[in-house]
Amino acid sequence: MDITSDTHSKHISRQFNQELEELKTHLMAMGGLVEKQVQDAVFALLEGDTRLAEQVRDNDRQVNDLQLQIDDECTRVLARRQPAASDLRLVLAVIRATSDLERIGDEASKIARNAMLLGENGSAVRGLVEVRHISEHVRKMLRDALTAFARFDTDLAMQVVREDELVDDEYSSAMRSLMTFMMEDSRSITSVLSVMWVLRALERVGDHADNLAEYVVYLVKGLDIRHSDTDALEPKVLKKP
Amino acid sequence: MLASLHSANNSQAPVAHFSSEQSCLSIDHFSLAYAGKVALRELTLSVPRHRVTAFIGPSGCGKSTLLRAINRLHDLNESVTHSGQVTLEGQDIHDPQMNVTELRRRVGMVFQTPNPFPMSIYENVAFGLRLQHRLPKRKRDDIIEWALTSAALWDEVKDRLHRSAWQLSGGQQQRLVIARTLAVQPDVLLLDEPASALDPISTLKIEELIRNLKSELTLVLVTHNMQQAARVSDYTAFLHHGELVEYGPTDQVFTNPRLQHTENYITGRVT
Repeated sequence: MDITSDTHSKHISRQFNQELEELKTHLMAMGGLVEKQVQDAVFALLEGDTRLAEQVRDNDRQVNDLQLQIDDECTRVLARRQPAASDLRLVLAVIRATSDLERIGDEASKIARNAMLLGENGSAVRGLVEVRHISEHVRKMLRDALTAFARFDTDLAMQVVREDELVDDEYSSAMRSLMTFMMEDSRSITSVLSVMWVLRALERVGDHADNLAEYVVYLVKGLDIRHSDTDALEPKVLKKP
Repeated sequence: MLASLHSANNSQAPVAHFSSEQSCLSIDHFSLAYAGKVALRELTLSVPRHRVTAFIGPSGCGKSTLLRAINRLHDLNESVTHSGQVTLEGQDIHDPQMNVTELRRRVGMVFQTPNPFPMSIYENVAFGLRLQHRLPKRKRDDIIEWALTSAALWDEVKDRLHRSAWQLSGGQQQRLVIARTLAVQPDVLLLDEPASALDPISTLKIEELIRNLKSELTLVLVTHNMQQAARVSDYTAFLHHGELVEYGPTDQVFTNPRLQHTENYITGRVT
């Protein structure tokens, strides 16, 4: 049985409705913050804005605090309400999602650190085209995963799962180009390595967005699609195959 | 045990099915009415052997009526009419050949309020045995010790077996009643809200007892306490207005029920 985004507001206990609603709202706030962190980190790197990069590093604390706060709220709901069925799935999905969002925050922080290193270096950097391209892709995935969560939209979630496969391909091909740069010009090795770390971080952001999308499917359909074959899943998950 | 879950193509309920070897009790198109007022409507379900099956549903949904019907407790109520079949290990319980006393020995029942008889702890447990057949005292003592041990009460009462049963606490009385039922070695134990009048610790003891007993017999539990159904049962049936709405493995009913109606009930939503 599928649920919709207003499923959690129909309890006899209005207090319970409110608690579940707050979980979703706080998760979305954390998602928004993390999205901005990734965006700022990439911008700082591409524009050589070390001040912005520093700010991203500072803001990571806020992301961590939100994770603790939301996990605490989930613990309270579990202890006091003993939720079942879709309520239980919501709480579990939120706990899992905060963990992935926190990790995305860490990746943004890593990108910012490399932006600071490259900024100090000052010389022309190879590989930024790849960074721009992949970052746009994973940021869209993250945005879509969060939208899918907010709207309980499994079709959009499955699209994110699909996109992750493309990002993995783009990542491999970008890594090959960067290897070539390093072989052509050994003086670029330090800066290209930094770019490689950034790409790696972006690729991980894509993986976490993919996880978020999987939790949406679990939440809405009660179907755990982690470690499953996407092709085989789509007919079960998609509204319009 | 694998129950094949079959969700029919139309509006029919998702109901777990068991093969005849797995099934202990089988209820087939069973309907029951009190003075013409329908309490159970065309119920069909089977209860698996050596498992705990919980019946849940709002007040008046027919879960207790169903439990009582399995024990033929409605026999003396002339206003009750029924149709359809209830079979216990393949035997129709309404068959004229069926001895009601024997049926009630095979299908024990425990009620919401503990109802020990006004006699000693020992005599309470011996009561059914004495009705059944004469036993040498040694043998009877053994059975009583076994029944009280199975009901997790022996250690608490072994030094005061000949004191009045009414001196026991509510939780102990309930376990005594279970011991009294176990003494006659039933195949099925029906529990109608067995813990609703007990404190949380006594409740947990009863629940632990239920879990331990399933290796010996088949248990059917009626409860208003959803968490209790989730904690102790292997299968859960949700009844509403005398009809079976959904019946499946408890794990599934409580994490991902098939029907909105079930979801609303177990999560406390307005329907």
